[in-house]
Amino acid sequence: MPSVCFYFQVHQPLRLRHYTVFDKNNKYFDDYKNAFICRKVANKCYLPANRLLLDVIRHFGGRFKIAYSITGVLLEQLQRFSPEVISTFDALAETGCVEFLAETYYHSLSFLYSRDEFVEQVNKQVETIDNFFGQKPRIFRNTELVYNNDLAALIEAMDSFDAIITEGADHILGFRSPNFVYRPNGCSKLKLLLKNYSLSDDIAFRFSNRDWPQWPLTADKFARWINDVNGNGNVVNLFMDYETFGEHQWADTGIFDFMRHLPEEILKHPDNNFKTPSEVVQCYEAADTIDVPHIISWADTERDISAWLGNAMQSNAIHELYRLENKIKKTKDDTIISDWRRLQVSDHFYYMCTKYFADGDVHKYFNPYDSPYDSYINFMNVLDNLHSRCSNHAYSA
Amino acid sequence: MLGWEFPPFISGGLGTACYGLTRALDQLGINVTFVLPKMVDGKYATHVKLLTPSSQMSAATFKFGGLKNVKFRTIDSPLQPYSSPDVYQRRIEESLKRKQQIHGGGVSSASQLFGGMHYSGDMFTEVYRYAAVAAELAKDEQFNIVHAHDWMTYPAGIAVAAMSGKPLIVHIHSTEFDRSGEHVHQMVYDIEREGMEQADKVIAVSHYTRSIVISRYGISGEKVEVVHNGVDLNNHWSLAGTGINKDEKIVLFLGRITMQKGPEYFLRAAKKVLEVMDNVKFVMAGSGDLMHRSVEMAAELGIGHKVLFTGFLRGEYVQKIYRAADLYVMPSVSEPFGIAPLEALDNDVPVIISKQSGVSEVLRHALKVDFWDVNEIANKVVAVLKYPPLEMTLRSHGNFEVRRLRWKDSAAKCVKIYEQTMVAV
Repeated sequence: MPSVCFYFQVHQPLRLRHYTVFDKNNKYFDDYKNAFICRKVANKCYLPANRLLLDVIRHFGGRFKIAYSITGVLLEQLQRFSPEVISTFDALAETGCVEFLAETYYHSLSFLYSRDEFVEQVNKQVETIDNFFGQKPRIFRNTELVYNNDLAALIEAMDSFDAIITEGADHILGFRSPNFVYRPNGCSKLKLLLKNYSLSDDIAFRFSNRDWPQWPLTADKFARWINDVNGNGNVVNLFMDYETFGEHQWADTGIFDFMRHLPEEILKHPDNNFKTPSEVVQCYEAADTIDVPHIISWADTERDISAWLGNAMQSNAIHELYRLENKIKKTKDDTIISDWRRLQVSDHFYYMCTKYFADGDVHKYFNPYDSPYDSYINFMNVLDNLHSRCSNHAYSA
Repeated sequence: MLGWEFPPFISGGLGTACYGLTRALDQLGINVTFVLPKMVDGKYATHVKLLTPSSQMSAATFKFGGLKNVKFRTIDSPLQPYSSPDVYQRRIEESLKRKQQIHGGGVSSASQLFGGMHYSGDMFTEVYRYAAVAAELAKDEQFNIVHAHDWMTYPAGIAVAAMSGKPLIVHIHSTEFDRSGEHVHQMVYDIEREGMEQADKVIAVSHYTRSIVISRYGISGEKVEVVHNGVDLNNHWSLAGTGINKDEKIVLFLGRITMQKGPEYFLRAAKKVLEVMDNVKFVMAGSGDLMHRSVEMAAELGIGHKVLFTGFLRGEYVQKIYRAADLYVMPSVSEPFGIAPLEALDNDVPVIISKQSGVSEVLRHALKVDFWDVNEIANKVVAVLKYPPLEMTLRSHGNFEVRRLRWKDSAAKCVKIYEQTMVAV
């Protein structure tokens, strides 16, 4: 009796404006571009997808459930540029069939660089979700599903979460299936939900790929694949970017129609049901423990963090950023601290990735820069200015 | 093949390209008869050894080291790549004077000077005289395709093709619009256009150039193919740095100092860089008609002490200057291809290149700027000098990338075009 657990990641980065070494002011972010993209994605994805899912939830009266993780930086942008999106998320929250997850407010990689900062950002996000949607998240997902044993230990020690979500990477599972609930190595209460990347990516990446033998993917076909799990799994975790609907897969690929009919097809089988991550955690016991000594993520085929920290520019930029932490916090200046935190958004480092640059591919999507070099130069110029602001602050204080 | 210059005397990209392409064709087993102009004037004549200066048509046949399938024929002519009509005039006059000194007067006309070879006093007549000699020379050669490089050889190409009935391919390494901006020399333009129109196929060194050929010369797009240039790698790993502890960073401009290469933008960017950084010198290696103007401009900008002019460099000095450089900047206003950045990368020097260049189509691991965006050029120069990881990443990825650009691939593309053309005729 497989339960299907949908979780959608909802995030938009804060893009920097073109900032040269000659710039002196404190305005780092490109309001025009951020507003433009925010509204564009709202119209193509957030609004139509929310409307659709709200319809489906109402139609099935409690039998269809989903979860979201919406980053703080996106909520800020939506509030400024597309407040109507927030009210539709609010309507979804009120159905009682939608769970909101916790993550770092700034969609950052702070776990890898500063545990204090990480905890602060998680708490800030929990508070924000509570304020917006009246829920205290009980499930944690880290930026880009970055995960290892240490993260599990830290989250268990925070004592406010029931489970962590991460990638069901082959090399951590071995012969095991992602379709069970697991326990992180070294934890006693915390559970682990693993993404079924094969079925998730069928929707998120392959849906419109005409070279894929399974194209076109229809709702009844996908439901059959879910039924196949019956008897050898408890839960199918379908985790993906929310922008899959209408952005990664455009509306004319039929992705919305697919999603409209999928719940119905899945529920045709009497053994199937939908659960939110919290329900899954309550319902199923951990089948085994999973040991992840090395860092994993949901990115690329490597499932590692090389897309953010793979080259010298990336590690230099992020090291320099976190090296400023003490100086920044000492200023006790809210705008300085918030600018610094906004620079932690993981996308800034993703833009600097040279891994597949020569071939041109998925990394290019949503990338506002012509090249990884341009993004590094821009970021470092901004960081330089931020640094000088701290020094000036210390001087004037 | 109607081409230009061979090593060791190579004055720029055109000669490098002809040499690289011909050598690769040779390796592919294509028989090439390479016809090139050569001036019988002491100062210019030393770069190749003639095996048999045989022909009565003032053309000589010889072989060049290592090339099995290539036969060379030279035609005595003062034509040189990158000449413009007035430069040509000046050179002929200088040459006349020098000869007069040598021969102690008594010789007064050009025809006497050059042993009755009848060089022409103006460039256009010489281009056509060259064509006539080439057509004559082609009579005793066997070939299937006529392949002409840049405008001065187009009339020769047309003549040879007409005489032999073989298809003509013209290879565009630069156009009059690249060299002269909007101030085109009408006669040069006419010759270029005539060549492209008469040709069965036009090969452009980049998509950038292809679009100029189509939009400015009215050539039908289906006739114009793109074959990017390759690069000859020096293949010996240079150690990162030379062991010399430099206090000052060196930013390099290497190329002809002409309007086309954008020396003005280099200097204006230098001025901006020096506003925020002090320990940096700007080296301009090359010569050209804007050389004096550039020296003056550096002085006017108040950065004269920070800008060094080396004059024209060749051979090992080019290698040396690359080794000393921390960054290469090519702010070309209009660059059909641009081989120099590839050589810089091969020498482990990161590059900033103009977006208005063909080479930016094949290089990804380079910083790209609009040539006029002086602010952005300066921004990127400062970034490379200031953030070592940037320089490191650019160098390692760029050096790797440049290894994929091989003349062999360019030559193979040419051969494909040859085959298509031969079928079509």
